[in-house]
Amino acid sequence: MNDESPVSADASADSPADGQDDDQLLPQLVAHLREHRTKLRQEWASRIRDAHLLDAMTPQEMSAETTSVYDNYVEVLETGSVEALQHYARDLSERIIPRGVETQEVVGIVLLLRDVLARSLFEKYQRDFRLLNRVLDAYEPAANRIAITVAVSFVDERERVIRQQQDAIQELSTPVLPIRERLLILPIIGVLDRERARQLTEQLLIGIRTHRARVVVMDITGAPNVDEAVANHLVQTVDASRLMGASVIITGVSPEIAQTLVTIGVDLSKMNTIGDLQGGLEEAERLLGYTVNRQDGAADQS
Amino acid sequence: MNTPALVSILRQGHYLIASINTALDDSQMIRFQQDLIEQIGHHRSRGVIIDVAALDVLDSFGSLSLRNIAEMARLRGALTVIVGVQPDVAFAMVELGMGTGSVHTALDLEEGLVYLESRVAKAVTDMTLGISG
Repeated sequence: MNDESPVSADASADSPADGQDDDQLLPQLVAHLREHRTKLRQEWASRIRDAHLLDAMTPQEMSAETTSVYDNYVEVLETGSVEALQHYARDLSERIIPRGVETQEVVGIVLLLRDVLARSLFEKYQRDFRLLNRVLDAYEPAANRIAITVAVSFVDERERVIRQQQDAIQELSTPVLPIRERLLILPIIGVLDRERARQLTEQLLIGIRTHRARVVVMDITGAPNVDEAVANHLVQTVDASRLMGASVIITGVSPEIAQTLVTIGVDLSKMNTIGDLQGGLEEAERLLGYTVNRQDGAADQS
Repeated sequence: MNTPALVSILRQGHYLIASINTALDDSQMIRFQQDLIEQIGHHRSRGVIIDVAALDVLDSFGSLSLRNIAEMARLRGALTVIVGVQPDVAFAMVELGMGTGSVHTALDLEEGLVYLESRVAKAVTDMTLGISG
């Protein structure tokens, strides 16, 4: 069983003399790590602090998390099953991702723990080089598997969060709302990037056809800013809508966007813009020939 | 004039309705252009509707021809409206920078008729009023 690596093969001649079976190395190692739990854990925590990792956490949280990570770590070494750790790592990731913890920090702390424990093993077995080699043979693959498991769980969790958010954004991205016969409004809220602008155009043009719209009010009050590409895209959307027989009124152009549009020199002569959404709706109603009257009150008297 | 006519041009009251059902190559487009301009004078039409709903692509020559047709029709006394531009076609056209210029566009045939009705009828009424007044 020692033929797997040259180093172990070298040692195999003498290994029976050690009185140690390889099967027992791991339990022995685990027992050692359990015994020095407090000391090793504190050393690990202090090295995390020195490396300025996980600065987002309070000392109490740090202490609690390092304890559970340590226990999980030792348990994986003992049982060889990473399932519990996987579960814990995912749970931990879920808690720390919203606080801006980076992948490098998570991988960094796991590798630190791996090093701290390896150091302690060096210390314990330093007098017997061959035994140390065999202990490390047992320890390293398990430790690497743990590091991989934690890193993968973290990245998986983060990707899951990103996917979830993307879906959410996509869903509320571009509602095209009919508010009168032949009149659509298209409120744009949030950052407009290329992908969203493309999606918006597609939905608007399809919306114009399905609702047989003649006027569209595009309200960009909620859009913080636009870059040149997106501004051009908006102008193209207006032109394309016109080709489908609908005229577009743009409302809620913020001072910043107005400045951007003029500075980048987009041709705005064909754009029909009105200050706010209310004004835009009134203009749209005028174009469509609607008149709105109040049932009672001052408007009726005149 | 050897190219067969691929576009049917129908008369409906004062208007001509031309429905393009398949993609036209350049010579077919020119044939269509000639036919339409001739028919306007023949039927003394006041308006022309060109329906492109069946087209899923419209190249630069196609849209230039449509613009030219509209201009020629105007000179012959008819107002042109293009209807039925599909969403993808519309966006592809503006992306390639080939709009329809000053030619009016409408959603579909029905909308096109409403538009012509409002513009042409008004012109006729104005004229009548002018004579009577």
